[in-house]
Formats: sequence, C-alpha cells, structure tokens
Amino acid sequence: MSALLQAKWEPLRSKWGPLLGIAVLGVLLLVFAPAVLSDFRLNNLAKYCCWALVAVGIGLAWGRGGMLVMGQGVFFGLGAYAMGMHLSLEASDGTTPVFMILYDPTTGLPAYWAPFKSGAFTIFAIIVAPIFIAGILGFAIFKRKVKGAYFAILTQALAVALATLITSKIQWTGGDTGLTDFKTFFGADLADSDTSLMIYLITAGLLLACLLVVWQLYRSRFGELLVATRDAEERVRFLGHDPANVKLFAFVVAAVMASIGGAMFVPIVGIISPKEIGAAASIFMIAGVAVGGRAALFGPALGALAIGYGRSSLSEQWPNGWVYFLGGLFIVVTLLLPGGLTSLFGRLRAQLRPRSAAAEPAAKPATADGMAG
Amino acid sequence: MTAVDPGLPTPPFVPIGSSSYLQVRGVRVSFDGFVAVDGVDLTVSSGDLRFLIGPNGAGKTTMVDAITGLAKATGSAEFNGKELIGEKSHRIVRLGVGRTFQTATVFEELSVLQNLDIAGGIHRKTLGMLRARRSVPAYVEEALETTGLTALANRPAGVLAHGQKQWLEIGMLLVQNAQVMLLDEPVAGMSAEEREETGQLLKRIGSDRVIIVIEHDMEFVRNFADSVTVMHGGKVLSEGTVSQIQADPRVQEVYLGRTADAELDPFSPPALTKEES
Repeated sequence: MSALLQAKWEPLRSKWGPLLGIAVLGVLLLVFAPAVLSDFRLNNLAKYCCWALVAVGIGLAWGRGGMLVMGQGVFFGLGAYAMGMHLSLEASDGTTPVFMILYDPTTGLPAYWAPFKSGAFTIFAIIVAPIFIAGILGFAIFKRKVKGAYFAILTQALAVALATLITSKIQWTGGDTGLTDFKTFFGADLADSDTSLMIYLITAGLLLACLLVVWQLYRSRFGELLVATRDAEERVRFLGHDPANVKLFAFVVAAVMASIGGAMFVPIVGIISPKEIGAAASIFMIAGVAVGGRAALFGPALGALAIGYGRSSLSEQWPNGWVYFLGGLFIVVTLLLPGGLTSLFGRLRAQLRPRSAAAEPAAKPATADGMAG
Repeated sequence: MTAVDPGLPTPPFVPIGSSSYLQVRGVRVSFDGFVAVDGVDLTVSSGDLRFLIGPNGAGKTTMVDAITGLAKATGSAEFNGKELIGEKSHRIVRLGVGRTFQTATVFEELSVLQNLDIAGGIHRKTLGMLRARRSVPAYVEEALETTGLTALANRPAGVLAHGQKQWLEIGMLLVQNAQVMLLDEPVAGMSAEEREETGQLLKRIGSDRVIIVIEHDMEFVRNFADSVTVMHGGKVLSEGTVSQIQADPRVQEVYLGRTADAELDPFSPPALTKEES
C-alpha cells in the first residue's frame, strides 16, 4: 500500500515544505543578495520587497479570501505618508518642513503633523492607522455584503480618491511632487551605504515575517474558513460564522502589510508621491500577485519581486515598453495558467507522480450513478 | 419549557415528556405579495423522524428557509424556548439548528476532514481559530465513523460522489452538534442502496435530535418516516403516520389530481425510486 506511505508523507511535506521555502528565500534575500548585488541593485531589490509585502497581503485577501482588492494603494499610502512625514520632520529638525514654507512662508506645522516627530508614534501609526481604517471600511462593506466587481471598483475608487486628496492638499502634502529631501532614517544617514543595507535587511526581514504570518494563517483553522468563505460564502453562515467577520480579518491584515510596505518604500526610494498610491499603482500591485499565483503562499511575493525586477530592467532599455510586456504576460498567465507561475511546480509534480495516487477511485463510486435515473 | 398558545389547535404529534422540540406557529413568508408559506404550524420532537412532503411549490423549502433565517418570515419558530424567526442565519446555527441544501454544498477544495473540522468552529474560541489543527478532534472522528467517510477523510470533498457529499453534509451537522436538522431532499439522486444507508443513518442519529426531512421519494418516506407532514399551497394539509396520510382523502386529492407527475404520487411505489438529479 503505497497510499499509506503517501498518507504519512503528504502531511509532513505540506507541513514543513513551506517553512523550508521561507528559509531558502531568507538565505537568498538576507545573505546571498547583499553579498553579490551592487548598492544600486540592492536598493532596487529593497523596493521590490516593498511591493512584495503588499502582494503577500493581496494574496491573503484576494487569493484566499476572494476579495479583489484593487486599491491597496490606499493602505500603502497610509504607511508611506506616515513614514514620509516623520522623515520630513527628521530632515527639518522638527520644525515646519521647507516645502510648506515655500508654499506659504507664514505657515506653522499643522497639528496632525506634530505627533510624527516621534519615531515611536510613526511606527504605531503605520500599524494602527490601516487597522482602524480598513476595519471601519471593511465592516461597512462586508456587513452590507458588497462583493465581486462592486467591491473591486469601490476599493479602486478609494485609491483614486486618496491620491486626489493628497494632490489637492498641496500645502500640507507636497501635492504631486510628494514628500522628499529626506536626510536620515531614524537618525541614520540616508547617504550612507550601510544605512541602505540596513533598510534593505529590515525590509527583507519584514517580508519574511509577513510570509510566516500568512503561512500560519493558511495552515490555521481560520485559513480553512477563509477559503470556505471564498468558495461558498452563504454556506459559511450555516456553519455558524458571519462571513463578514472572516473577510474583515483578512482584509485588515492585508491592509497592515500594505502599510508596512509603503512605509519601507519611502526611505528606499527617497520620495513618496500620489503617483505611487493611485489607481495605476494599485493595479500594478495586483499584477505581480496574479502572475505569481494568488492563492499560493509564495506566488504573490515571488510574482511581485519578478514584476518589480522586470519593470526596472525592461524600462532601463525600453522605457515605455515594459507596460506592454506586463500586459501580455498578464493575459498569457490568466489564459494558460490561472493558478499563476508558481502553480507550474504543482503541475510538474502531478505529472511526475505515479498515476495510481491521482487516479485512485473513490470508495463507493459504483453507486454514484444518479444520472442514470 | 415553551408554553403552547392555548388558542391554537394542538397538532397530533406534540411530544409528551420529550426533551426538546421545535415548535412552529403561524409562520408566513411572502415574496412581493405571493404567499409561499401561509401560516404553518408544526411541532416536531426529538426522536420523531419527520418527513415533510408535498407537490412542488408547496412551500417546503421556503418553510425551512424561514426557520433558518434565509427567508424573511413572520410568526414564530421556537427551539428550546429560543425564538428563531428574525435571528440571523449564523446565530440560528449557534442555537443548535442546522440544515442542508437540495444540492449538496460542501467546500470542494477542502478535504472531507477539513469540511467536518470547519463545522466544529462554533465550539471554538475566536483566537483558537488562528492555530493549526494538531490532531483530529474526537467529534470529527466520530462524525467520520457515523457517516462512513473515514476512508475518504483526506480526499478533497469535490471528488466525492453525490451521495457521499450529502453524507458529508449530515456529518457536518453532527460536528456542529445540531439538535435540529433540517434536510432538504437528502436522497435525491441517490441509488437505492445509498438511500437505504442514508435512511439507516437518519434513524441512528435521530433518536435524540429533531430531524425534518423534505422528501419527494415516497418509498423512502414509507421506509423511514416516523411521521409525515403534507404541505400544499403553503399550508399544512395533513399530518400523521404514513398510513394515516395515505388514507387521508385530502392528500389523495392533491396527489391524484397530479397523476401526470408520477414521482409525486404516493400510491404507485414502483415508479417512485427514480429522481432526476
């Protein structure tokens, strides 16, 4: 009975395999990449890691939860602008940032900027603001049973709205130019390559941590319930759960991950503007997830890293061409490989596995001929 | 526990000295003026395997929808002294009332074991949901055993045969520890052998539960019903044992008026075992 052996082996593989994968990715990101990449390339990789952070959350909300979050730029923006405000204040020694004075020489520091002088408050805000906002937003959306395309359009509209709001409040947000001219990151000199390395390592570490979080969520009972909610929301009610709460939790976790990604993005790129959080940016965040495989553990992160890399390297030689490439890839993957590129592994494994395991008949197949009647 | 409104006629199957019962009074469901369920009274006690029959459109499924919060209803449905009408579906489940659907709706991507385990979620603390399952809970093991699905535990529910899916749904109700089970055509599309097994299963688990089965298959009803309620046009037409029902001229009229619809005719058993799936 090889089936028995397989029954013992399968749970082991599926239990520890993902951890092994995270460990391998950890070695690649934390040891290998800093050793071989130039400062410039490493800084680029740090940027892709930020998008990967957002992507991990999208994988949870969309891949496992079925919520097509088209506006993760909102939460990316919350984290990014919180960090941007803090770094601006670090650069101006806690006084009114220069761009505000240039706009209106008589202005003082707005009251809501003041708390961001504190690094601790900034970190607190990066975590709590998305919980708060996604919590309220999600509660209103899910309790009213808004789903599918309506949900997607709603979230997309919010990203547009936030970008527009930030653009219009130019005297406090820097408008289209955004927040920039940062000098230090929590006291460390941003011009120093050691600081860049540290920021990269923090970002990669956060990415690995978020992968661990979703790994635990996927293997937990909540993870099963989330998939159940995605596949048959109304049925979940008859298990005694309100599907709105299940979705809300996943949505909030995804929002926090996007916010963290946004926050780390700012010291890496050195600027945050509405362009990075609007509709196009939000769709870009989803593209990597779809290409990588939205329901898989590694699919979203690897997809986002790959798309980020493709965007940089293709746009270096072919400035506007990468968008066509991305669009083409998106179409090909959606048509030929709906599970994303990471589903190739599963397919290969299924091909290599002896037929017996896959084709073993159900215990009582002979009685299942209801169609005959 | 629950006081019966003295103004209402006492139905024939009010339990005497039984532990729990579902009591439905004057339940009415209307959709845009069309009255699907029109003042139904129904009392079913635990251990009394009740079948709900009636022609298509009689309001059987809508009746179950009303009790489980899927259809907006007026009237009263009490279980263990708790009012169900007006509650949200997931609250009703937590009060111990579970149901299945005409087309089995199991979670196809989850394994049989996961399907059963997930149904036990209502017994767990919210934070405990964030932990992985370490071992198979005893109640899941028991449900696997009772429904005969032990050998299939690790298979995705999507590959199960039609009948097995229905058993899995019943297993999920067992894991939920549903004290009231409302089963909507559980044997539709099953082979004779599977029907027999399902009937035995219902007998086994029905001794300490309120079970109401909506059914069209008269042979199945004859073989396993302790009592039968016949609905017609949104109202209760008749209630009693199988033989009482068969002798009731009103029931005969309803069914004989529709002899073209052979599957609904309780008096021609040989033609009844088949069911479109």
